[in-house]
This record gives sequence, C-alpha cells and structure tokens, in this order.
Amino acid sequence: MITKEATEVAPAPAPVTPAADQRPRTSHRAWDEVPRWQIYVPLSIYLIFTLIPFYWILLFALRPAGSTSLVPWPMTFEHFEKVWNERDFGIYFQNSVLTGVATLLLTTLVALTGGYALARFDFKIKRGFMLALLCTQFVPGALLLVPLFQIFAELKMINSLGSVIIAETVFQLPLSMILISGFIRNVPYSLEEAAWVDGCGRLTAFRIVVLPLLRPGLIAVGSFAFVHAWNHFLFALMFLSDQTKQTIPVGLNTLMSADSVDLGALAAGGIIAAVPVVIVFAFIQKWLITGFSAGAVKG
Amino acid sequence: MAQAAAVAKPPAPPRRRRASATPRRLPYLLIAPAALLMLGFIAYPVISVFYYSLQNYNPTKPWRNGYAGFDNFVHAFTDDPQFWDTLTFSAKWVVVEVGLQLLFGLALALIVNQTFVGRALGRALVFSPWAVSGVLTSAIWVLLYNSQTGITRYLADAGIGEYGTSWLSDTSTVFPAAIVADLWRGVPFFAILILADLQSVSKDLYEAAEVDGASRLKQFWHITLPHLKDAIVLSTLLRAVWEFNNVDLLYTLTGGGPAGETTTLPLYIANTSVDAHNFGYASALTTVAFVILLFCSMVYLRLSKFGGEGK
Repeated sequence: MITKEATEVAPAPAPVTPAADQRPRTSHRAWDEVPRWQIYVPLSIYLIFTLIPFYWILLFALRPAGSTSLVPWPMTFEHFEKVWNERDFGIYFQNSVLTGVATLLLTTLVALTGGYALARFDFKIKRGFMLALLCTQFVPGALLLVPLFQIFAELKMINSLGSVIIAETVFQLPLSMILISGFIRNVPYSLEEAAWVDGCGRLTAFRIVVLPLLRPGLIAVGSFAFVHAWNHFLFALMFLSDQTKQTIPVGLNTLMSADSVDLGALAAGGIIAAVPVVIVFAFIQKWLITGFSAGAVKG
Repeated sequence: MAQAAAVAKPPAPPRRRRASATPRRLPYLLIAPAALLMLGFIAYPVISVFYYSLQNYNPTKPWRNGYAGFDNFVHAFTDDPQFWDTLTFSAKWVVVEVGLQLLFGLALALIVNQTFVGRALGRALVFSPWAVSGVLTSAIWVLLYNSQTGITRYLADAGIGEYGTSWLSDTSTVFPAAIVADLWRGVPFFAILILADLQSVSKDLYEAAEVDGASRLKQFWHITLPHLKDAIVLSTLLRAVWEFNNVDLLYTLTGGGPAGETTTLPLYIANTSVDAHNFGYASALTTVAFVILLFCSMVYLRLSKFGGEGK
C-alpha cells in the first residue's frame, strides 16, 4: 500500500486550475499531488508539539538531579534505581503486569464465548443484549465508584488485585465482545460446517478452523484490554489501599502529589510506565490503522 | 461448496455430535459469563446509584440516614453553587477539547493520508501519544510546566516571560495549560479514526471531480466531508462522553484546582463521595450527570441526522 513515491516533483504543479479546457491533461494521478510544503510544514510543526514532551521526560529521567542542561549528558540511571527500589516501582510493576495479563485473559475468553454466540446464533434476547452492550458505553466507571466499592467490600475483595481485575474486565467486555463477534462473522460459517461433516464437534471445529483465523483480531482486542488495565488509575486508587498492592499509575500519582515533587524520579517512573505500552503498540500498529474503523466505528 | 454457505441457518449437523445437539440452550450458556459480570458490576451499581439518590446516606453520620425523597436533587439545583460551577466547567471542557481535537485530528489525518516520503514514520510519530495514559500525560506535563525547571525557565532564559512562572497554579493560565496537555494525547484518537475512514473514499470520485475542474477545497467539501460524516459524528460523541467522564488527567494534573477552577462534575462527585462520604448526595449528582449525558447524546444524534442519507 505504501507506494514509495521518491520522485520529488520539482515545483509542484498548481493543484487544479478550474480551467476552461474541456479535457484537462489529467496525468492520471494528478489528484494525488499536493504541494510538498503543504505536507511537510504543518506535519513538522505538529511533530515538534508531539515530541517535545517525550523528549522532556527522557531528559529529566536521564540527566543528574539538579542539572539544567538541555541534553541528557552526562547520562545517569540513578533515578531509575531510586524509583525502582526506594519508591517501590519494582512491586508496582509486578502488580501492574499481573493485573494487565489477568484482565487480558479474562476479557478475551469471556468476550470470545459471548461473541461467538452473537455471531452464530439467533436467540430471543439477542437484540436486547446487543443494545445493552452499546448502552454500557455511556455508563462511566468513574461515577460507579461508590457502589462498586460497596460490592467489593461485601465480597471481601478490597485490597486484592482481583477487584481491579474484575472491574477493568467488566468495562472492557462490551466493546471487546462487539468487535470479536464482528471478526467471527467474517469467518464463513461453511468452514465450520465442513469440519462438522468431517466429524469434529462444535468446540473442536471452532478450535481448529475458526480460532486460527481470529488470531489477529484476538491479539488486538487482548492488547487493548492489557493497555487499558495497565493505564487505568481510578479503580486501583480506590480499591487498593495497601502500599504493596498498588499499581504503577497510582505510584505515579503518589510521586506527583508529594509536597516537593522529585522530578527525576517522576520522569523515570513515567518511562517505566510507558515501556510495556510502547512495546504492545509497536506490535499491533499495522492492524490498528487498517482494521480499526471496520469494527469500532461502523459497529 | 458454495450452496451450503448461502443458507442462513446451519443444516442440522450429524446426530452424533453432542456439542451441537443443544443448540437452543447453547447461546445462552455462551453469553452467561458476560451477562452475569455485566449484571453484577454494571447494572446493579447503576440501580443502586438511583436508589441512593433518593436517600440520605452518609456512613459518618448514620443518624441522618433514611429516605429523602427528592431532597438531594432539590439541594443540587437550588442550593449548591458548586454543582452549577462544576457543570459549567465540564461543558466548557468537553466542547473545547472535542472541538479542537476534531479540528487538529482531521487536519492531521488528511495530511498523513497523502503519499509522501517518510509517511510510515510520520504516522507512527503522530499517533504515538495515543496510548499514553492520563496519569502519565499528567506526569509529563507536570515536568514541562513546573516552575523551576519547566519550559517557562528556558523561555525566560530566552527573554520570554518571567522566571518561576507556574501555569498550573495561576487561575488565568490553568485552563489553557490543561487543555493543551489533554489535546496532546487526544488528537491522535481522531486522527486514527478519520484516517481509517479516509481509506474507503473511492478514488474515482476525486478523479471525476478533477475532470470537472473542482478545486481541492471543493473536493474536500463535497466528497471527503460527506463521506466522513458518520465517523465524525460517532467519534465526537464517544469522545465527548469520554471527556466528560474521564477524571484521570485533571485529578492528577491540577487536582481540580487552583481554587476549584478546574473541577469537573465527575471530579466533584468523586470528592463528595470519597472525601465527604456523602454517598446519597453523590448518587443524586451521578443520576443528574447520567440524564444530562443521555439527553445531550440523543439531541446530538438527532441534530446530526446520524446514519441518514446515503448509507
């Protein structure tokens, strides 16, 4: 898709003059030729705005405390050591990974079974159920903190990562299920039927025939669930009061709300928070741009 | 081979298969886990919010607990200036954020949809803040805005502004400062969705317009924009709801301050329930927020004639 159009068109031809000629010499792809500066100038300005904050956090994380140099030199890793060991980011990291992975698995599994039902069966409450899924998009988790807190207190789950995992999963589920049912619908039913004829049960047929085809979609849905749980802050802040149970976003907030903020530690902590997300997105980027709207926007 | 696919309902599979012998109950079994989770942790909390909104409920003042009728609502609308202040600020926040995000996101999508050298890298960089969390965004912008070693220090070095300026603690600068921080990670959301939708505009349309001598601006106005309309309507709506509800960024960046200047309604609700333990009143405010969101969404979808002409 990416056609490398390396030929720099000299002075770009004036776009289209609403000229009077009946038959303009449309060089077939004339519509494609925007003057180069109209691309590079605004793009560069925007990129400066995007990249300075990233540079800023790297700068603060890597230069020694008290330095005001604008390049991270001499480079130091003291902030990382400090935040990892003294500020408990080592523990937070473990908790965040655990929460993220558990949310990923739970969300994908539950959304997969539900999504299969929505894609392959007609049943009485299907329309109502779909509508309920869409409605949940308007229900803000932030406004349900109090009742959720009461429920988890009742279940004796306050201060356990389980409460956060369940809460994150529940709010990820509806969209994940809608997306997955869309992916399943794209796999022809006849493939599954052929496997039945060959003597497979429904489950085996699903596992052998459908599941491999769903892999890209499941990876994407799972990644979103992971990143969402990794990034989300409010549930962990509310349901986990024990210092050793908290997650990275809560740790960052603690650093920020200190009386005098240790900027180097904050920057290093921020980078620790960003690394897994960057890795995940580098991994799914391609799928993100081409396939996202198909499921998410068009419903 | 193809005739099997054309049939909507599956032909009865061989009798021996146990799994497919229970097609009537199977779909319900399959959605049961999701349905139970959503009933327990979304539906039940929503109902309990409605219930508590009609109660006086404060664990620290149990002697006053009990049925309150519409007292909580009456109090909010007639006797609580903070409710109106935070509601106004929420509206201002959502309109400015979503408007600017759409504007910049649309422009960026149009740019990176062109063919140019370095496009793949350009796209990756432009989209990069999208996955950054609200708390991390706050952390980054706290570093940028801090009064000692933030961006203002280097601006002052260059002779612009004064040393020790802190945009986040000055009531006149905190709003734009917070807006810019949230724009930074919000614009890519629109850029990604609009770019995805741009891929599906038929190129023939542009070529035809070209032949007819339509200017680039006209092509945008008459071809691109109508094509994008549904995607724009839906993404602005989802984003507006999200911006209204989301408290991560403002909670950590400004804490609603200075002097309550940047407190949104959800932030006020969180404070009312968490700090003041006034669950009954917080529930009433939550109910009001639900109703406002629902009403605004309906009006917006109606006014924009979503999904109307065309498809």
